[in-house]
Amino acid sequence: MAREHEGAVDLGRVDEIVARHKGREGALLPVLREVQDAVGYLPQEALERVALGLGLSLSQVYGVATFYSLLYTKPKGKYTVRVCESAPCHVQGAQEVVDTLVRELGISFGETTPDGLFTLEKVSCLGVCGVAPAVMIGDRVYGNLTPETVVAVLQEYR
Amino acid sequence: MRFYRAHVLVCAGTNCSLKGSQAVRQRLLNELEEVGLADEVKVVETGCFGLCEQGPTVVVYPEGVLYCRVTPDDVPELVREHLLKGRRLERLLYREEAEKAVQTVPQVDFFRGQQRIVLRNCGVIDPESIEEYIAHGGYEALGKALTEMKPAEVVAELKASGLRGRGGAGFPTGLKWEFAAKTEGDVKYIVCNADEGEPGTFKDRLILEGDPHAVLEGMAIAGYAVGARKGYIYIRGEYALSIERLEEAIKQARKMNFLGDGIFGTGFAFDVEVRVGAGAYVCGEETALFESLEGRRGEPRLKPPYPTERGLFGKPTVINNVETLANVAPIILNGAKWYRGFGTEGSPGTKVFTLTGDIVNEGLIEVPMGITLREVVFGIGGGIPGGRAFKMAQTGGTSGGCLPAELLDVPMDYDELAKAGSALGSGALLIMDDTHCIVDIARVFARFFEHESCGKCVPCREGTMRIHDIMTRIATGRAGEKDLDNLEALARTMTTACLCPLGQAAPVPIMTTLKYFREEYDAHIKEKRCPTGTCRALAAPAATLAAGKGA
Repeated sequence: MAREHEGAVDLGRVDEIVARHKGREGALLPVLREVQDAVGYLPQEALERVALGLGLSLSQVYGVATFYSLLYTKPKGKYTVRVCESAPCHVQGAQEVVDTLVRELGISFGETTPDGLFTLEKVSCLGVCGVAPAVMIGDRVYGNLTPETVVAVLQEYR
Repeated sequence: MRFYRAHVLVCAGTNCSLKGSQAVRQRLLNELEEVGLADEVKVVETGCFGLCEQGPTVVVYPEGVLYCRVTPDDVPELVREHLLKGRRLERLLYREEAEKAVQTVPQVDFFRGQQRIVLRNCGVIDPESIEEYIAHGGYEALGKALTEMKPAEVVAELKASGLRGRGGAGFPTGLKWEFAAKTEGDVKYIVCNADEGEPGTFKDRLILEGDPHAVLEGMAIAGYAVGARKGYIYIRGEYALSIERLEEAIKQARKMNFLGDGIFGTGFAFDVEVRVGAGAYVCGEETALFESLEGRRGEPRLKPPYPTERGLFGKPTVINNVETLANVAPIILNGAKWYRGFGTEGSPGTKVFTLTGDIVNEGLIEVPMGITLREVVFGIGGGIPGGRAFKMAQTGGTSGGCLPAELLDVPMDYDELAKAGSALGSGALLIMDDTHCIVDIARVFARFFEHESCGKCVPCREGTMRIHDIMTRIATGRAGEKDLDNLEALARTMTTACLCPLGQAAPVPIMTTLKYFREEYDAHIKEKRCPTGTCRALAAPAATLAAGKGA
């Protein structure tokens, strides 16, 4: 996954993605997901191009981009740490894992570490409650975490 | 075709994978090669076996011996003992009690109480092999429907089976299909709701990972029954492995012409497309899901019109849950009468539950409807770890109700659980022992709904926020008696006035905890004391806090 947090956004890539999906029913969500994979997030220039290309209003595109928790209109850290704090994880000790992550990364939810490595987020449920408490980093899920093991997991990414 | 003298099934479901089953499988392949058994023993990667707590699990056939918590380092011994010398490796066998060590799959209590219809192939076949699905009777039901039954007969069979929607609402599936079939329209859709977001629920994920073709076959039969040629599977963005397995299954089914044009040499055409969600609990609500699939914010629509009249892209649509669809092929193949042999009069068949929280066997089970909560928790579930006392079970996920020990004998079906003030819902079961605080967990429920409210309708947007606010004040000792009255008033308003089930159900877990555990609320409010010592703000000794008056 190419990530570009600085400099100009490659709008050619955006146009190419839009062109591939144009005419498909309900193309907006798949397009936004692909654009985000290519660009790293959904900057305003990209949203404008998507709106133009698909013949939608910018307000609809922006509304969708800001509705879903897996779509981002701001740059993110290299890895997104998504920690579950739903009831099944809570019962198995998620609060201590959450506290450890906040302390260890030195940031609050929604923030990115100064080195640009981690963004910390809460997530409602990852659907791996059989191994609660759980955290997802990038595309990988980690389960049965404790304050000790979650620190060890972070080390793998540092 | 090659014949093997033994098959080693390695669970590759999400939970076992997280516990290292991939490394176990790799080591198995290496070891078998080393001892020269690679041609005689086949290693099969299966979907979820259900016994997640004991993972990674390995089953060796033909004997069906179950090994638990297998690590890569156990593999050389396992291969040499069991597969070379023909002796069971005692130390890795599943044990219920110390003396009952020798266990094959049918002997294990965890499986004995189960009835597997939906999970018939999960943990048994390689989900990436359409041949294995076919060998287990796969696509036979589709063939029967297309070549021996009229669409109306398929609908009639489903209606007679009494199958009800497994996503939570429990609407009769056959009736839904009939409505869609009777609505005029050139274009109709079948939508599979795989946007499983209810906390504590992971059944759809494991069904899709373990037996993706079962869902595709159910969709194709639905398409034939109502006259739809296109199906969509809307699935959570977080379910990477399910998405991968589905895409592969669709490719295989197209290749063998179980999807596409002229299926089974008939004039019937049907194809399926996977659409990936982007993270929103509310999109599990059917009309919000349509909005999302159409490229808008996932905000629920007003009903009526119902989806069977005007659903996806304004066309007549059948939307069914993953588990519902996985029930379809067995019903068509074996008939409604057979299906009604399981479960209760009002809720025929089986239900898949996910067991989480303070329970010995966390995992995935399928049992006949009407089984009591006690049998699930203390029989199949193995009871509460560490010999602690059962405190409550929340049925149906975070939007379900919380039941105390006095209600352990409630039969688990749609109607009985509704009578108890709870819901069967998605089949999530969260068990809590007596070390946990009811107020604390209710606060967590409230936080969830505040976060997931889509904001479209006022009673939900404001109500979930106020409930969370009140719960936080109770948990921190800043609440008064009046707050409980306010909670009750809010609950009444939201149940009546919210647009969709998210807001309507949001007060349910809170109000059931208040109903059944009132004394714990009173301790927090009147005595500023948390009986279990869970609520941090109240962790100080009760005497010092009780002196000050709450805000």
